[in-house]
Amino acid sequence: MSNGISGTPPESYFALGKPYEADAYNLSQGKRLYAWFGCGICHGDGRGGIGPSFLDGWWLYGPEMVSIVASIRDGRPHGMPAFRDRMTIEQIWQLAGYVQTIGSYTPKVVAPSRNDEKQSRPAENRGPAIILFDVGPAAVHPDQGPSP
Amino acid sequence: MVVLGLALLRRRRPAAEDANSEERLTTAVSAAVAATVVIIAGLTIASFYTTRSIGVPKSAALTITVRGQQWWWQVFYAGSGATSGFQTANEIHIPVRTDVQIRLEGADVIHSFWVPSLAGKQDLIPGRSSSLLLRAEKPGVYRGQCAEFCGLQHSHMAILVIAEAPADYERWAASQREDAMVPADMDAAAGQVAFLAKPCAACHTVRGTAANGTSGPDLTHISARQTIGAGLLETTRGSLAAWIADPQTLKPGNNMPMVPLTSVELQNISAYMESLK
Amino acid sequence: MTRRAVGELYDTAFNAAVLDRRLASIWSTPPGLWGALSTVDHKIIGRRYITTAFVFLALGGLLSLLMRLQLAQPEARFIGPDRYNQIFTMHGTNMMFLFAVPVMQAMAIYLVPLMVGTRNIAFPRLNAFSYWIYLAGGLLLWVAFVLDTGPDIGWFAYVPLSGPQYAAGKRADIWAQMITFTEVSALAVAVEIVVTVFKQRAPGMSLDRIPLFVWSMLVTSFLVILAMPAIMVASTALILDRLVGTHFFNPAEGGDVLLWQHLFWFFGHPEVYIVFLPAVGMVSTIVATFTRRPVFGYLGMVMALIATAVLSFGLWVHHMFVAGLPRLGESFFTASSMAIAVPAGVQIFCWLATMWAGRPIFKTPFLFVIGFVVIFVIGGLTGVMVASVPFDTQVHDTYFVVAHFHYVLVGGAVFPLLGAIYYWFPKLTGRMMSEPLGRWVFGLIFAGFNLTFFPMHILGLRGMPRRIYTYQPEMPWSGLNIFISLSAIILAIGFLLFFIDAIRSAKSGPVASGNPWGATTLEWATSSPPPPYNFARLPVVGSLKPLTDHPGALPVASGLRVDRRELLVSSVVQALPEAREPSSEDSIWPLWAALATTATLIWSIFTPWAVVWGSIPIAVALIGWFWPKGVPEDES
Repeated sequence: MSNGISGTPPESYFALGKPYEADAYNLSQGKRLYAWFGCGICHGDGRGGIGPSFLDGWWLYGPEMVSIVASIRDGRPHGMPAFRDRMTIEQIWQLAGYVQTIGSYTPKVVAPSRNDEKQSRPAENRGPAIILFDVGPAAVHPDQGPSP
Repeated sequence: MVVLGLALLRRRRPAAEDANSEERLTTAVSAAVAATVVIIAGLTIASFYTTRSIGVPKSAALTITVRGQQWWWQVFYAGSGATSGFQTANEIHIPVRTDVQIRLEGADVIHSFWVPSLAGKQDLIPGRSSSLLLRAEKPGVYRGQCAEFCGLQHSHMAILVIAEAPADYERWAASQREDAMVPADMDAAAGQVAFLAKPCAACHTVRGTAANGTSGPDLTHISARQTIGAGLLETTRGSLAAWIADPQTLKPGNNMPMVPLTSVELQNISAYMESLK
Repeated sequence: MTRRAVGELYDTAFNAAVLDRRLASIWSTPPGLWGALSTVDHKIIGRRYITTAFVFLALGGLLSLLMRLQLAQPEARFIGPDRYNQIFTMHGTNMMFLFAVPVMQAMAIYLVPLMVGTRNIAFPRLNAFSYWIYLAGGLLLWVAFVLDTGPDIGWFAYVPLSGPQYAAGKRADIWAQMITFTEVSALAVAVEIVVTVFKQRAPGMSLDRIPLFVWSMLVTSFLVILAMPAIMVASTALILDRLVGTHFFNPAEGGDVLLWQHLFWFFGHPEVYIVFLPAVGMVSTIVATFTRRPVFGYLGMVMALIATAVLSFGLWVHHMFVAGLPRLGESFFTASSMAIAVPAGVQIFCWLATMWAGRPIFKTPFLFVIGFVVIFVIGGLTGVMVASVPFDTQVHDTYFVVAHFHYVLVGGAVFPLLGAIYYWFPKLTGRMMSEPLGRWVFGLIFAGFNLTFFPMHILGLRGMPRRIYTYQPEMPWSGLNIFISLSAIILAIGFLLFFIDAIRSAKSGPVASGNPWGATTLEWATSSPPPPYNFARLPVVGSLKPLTDHPGALPVASGLRVDRRELLVSSVVQALPEAREPSSEDSIWPLWAALATTATLIWSIFTPWAVVWGSIPIAVALIGWFWPKGVPEDES
């Protein structure tokens, strides 16, 4: 991997320990990256804004790690920029694990808890998407492009 | 110095006690207790007045804001009127024989600012701000270190306070206010291109270029600083390259990721870093 | 004794041999695993407590050797920062919460009922429960450490570093929950001690005839009861912050980071005295025995104990002098921190006066007392130094403070404790520990301790902060650090020798005589180790030193039943007999209750619902525990 950006994981995703989803350290690093790389500018506290919400329980490209990583790495139509030049692939996986946590229906034991800042939604370890799931009118979630 | 004097005074106490207790029991014990009370009271009063005299708020000629980060020090020099402010890291320059007020802010967890030869320590607490008065009588380099346990790299969180003659200080501040130098040679120019194309710019600022990340130290004049990695290594081209190549081995757990680079890119970027005087 | 129903048996009806047999049959613990799990005998539980605490001491000592290995060289790479942070956190937490406090209470569980002349501690089943909870808390912490989820936040776990944002994973939760375990067990023991001392003293043991060790444990127990709730509030708030998203310590939502420090140190400073005051009692006992005279100034000693306890609640801010608090407040806490040196001074002077006036016999326990006085005075002096704000802002959080609190805690508590083990070992096991080996142990520990910790003062003054996993070669610290690491080996050999001696002597030491040291207090009035019922007939006390007054046989009180466990309840001040009270039978329910509580507490690290569902098994266990036994509560 000379130039940083390929897919990295498999090696059967580190022998199925799935560290980027199941490891408290990686998830909380992901949370810091969410702030550092300005994800909140478009996605807010997870509730969306310019970009789609994670907290409403809708996954436009599916909740699998691979598709979240692909979204961050390569960008998506309608405004999601590609981060392949700005982050290392490890960081992308960490961030993807965290983003998956925001919109998960079952709280993960290792999920980070709330931040030391204003609280605008339930903490990640409470499975906020169960609490804030929003069926919404279909038009709120327009097609954002083909699934990978 | 006053404190040291007090300490010496205190050390005389046990001798007095032992001598006292070798007399008639009741009177001796009461006398010893009374003596303790008097000594303790004296020490308390002495300590009280020392605190007062150390902590008298004076008007400071210069105010510097220091933010403690895991695990480095972010330093802001405010601009005034015509001059613009600037940012640096892990190194504070102050003019000698001037009272300098350091405003302390905690960015993440509690740190403690401690430059032993200049002043006592003061915590940097998130949600609160505190301040400390520094005054250096002699020019020199004063080393400080974080004194409140702040996580993995608490051990490698040093800060240098460099006291220099006012003229030297002004020269330094003026050069810090400038934007980064334009790379002069080929290597450095290629390094700048790589720096901007790689993830570096997402966290670091180099003023005068497109790099404007804020989560890492400002690198505009990195090569003018004596150390990198918060006092970890001296700033040389070799140490810059070593740090960029593998920050996690040099300072395990710190927030700089290992960015995959080819050896040419690594050479160029470290050349570029070295050129940022 | 007003009424006597037909069929009830009283000790007045029997001669000594028959009485012993009958009492043994109702008080002794049945053999086998079930008997061991359900026993409520304070001596068996006390012995377990002491053994467990010393195991934790040995483990904590191993951790400190690992730290010394890492610090012996600059930029050493034996242990990484993550592991090192876990190790020093474990060392501090283990030593404070799993060794120092429990071992002192354990000594009290064993000795206080014997010293006040009663047959079992008050609330014996609660006593059994507290041991199981303590063991569970200790296992939780150590198992987590072995699984690489040991806490890494320092033993006082300052937020926000221990808070939800910066302490990822379950490490900080393990720490906070371990606190809950040890607090529950400590509070339970404290309540038992207070009630035992107030209501179960032998007839005639009025307040001014209570041995000083019992006084010190009484005062300590009140300290526990008053101080521990603060940390329970703090650790619970921390868990809530981490698990359910409350905001006690989040400044952005109106919480406060400093709140944690206030709550923690409001407990944390009295904690020091919770460890130190029992040691004072041990020293007083040993001094009195080995100088062949009562301690000088009994009233002064008791008053000093109480004064220390009261003052200890007014000192906590001296741990926070660099947190930027108002200056007037700091001055107040400087004054109170200095003031506590006065009662400490009173005690030291009284002991010195006792030694001066008595005829000291230099046996191992007494050697440890002398070591204690030397080390504690040095620790006290540096204590007065750090109480001063200007001095403290320099040495706070440096190795100077590390040296200071090791002088105070090891010098002030571990030395007396080792002396106490040598002193009471014949009581616990019926055998003596080796005297020549004891002198070696003392010499090695005393020399090793001073060589290890005194240079730390200098390191601190040279600016070495505490809790760093390594330091750079250009710092002027490496020479002293390698010296300290080598000295630590001497200290470790001393402790190793102590453990070897204790284990060997327990198996095959020379059999002790009834009162090997010529002591004056009641625990030596019965055989060693004592029978399950402690005293065949309860002694009657007429002075501070009953055994000297009546060298042959003590006067005794009789009239207790021998067909069920029964002890005597007496009045608080004069210790006049008031009632006969049944003492509880062996019961397995404390173990079930402890297991249910343990499961709930550990589960609640993962989900708040554990508190709801876990309350069901706890309720079942408690119902079983308190199921009416059909015996009248007491009889006048």
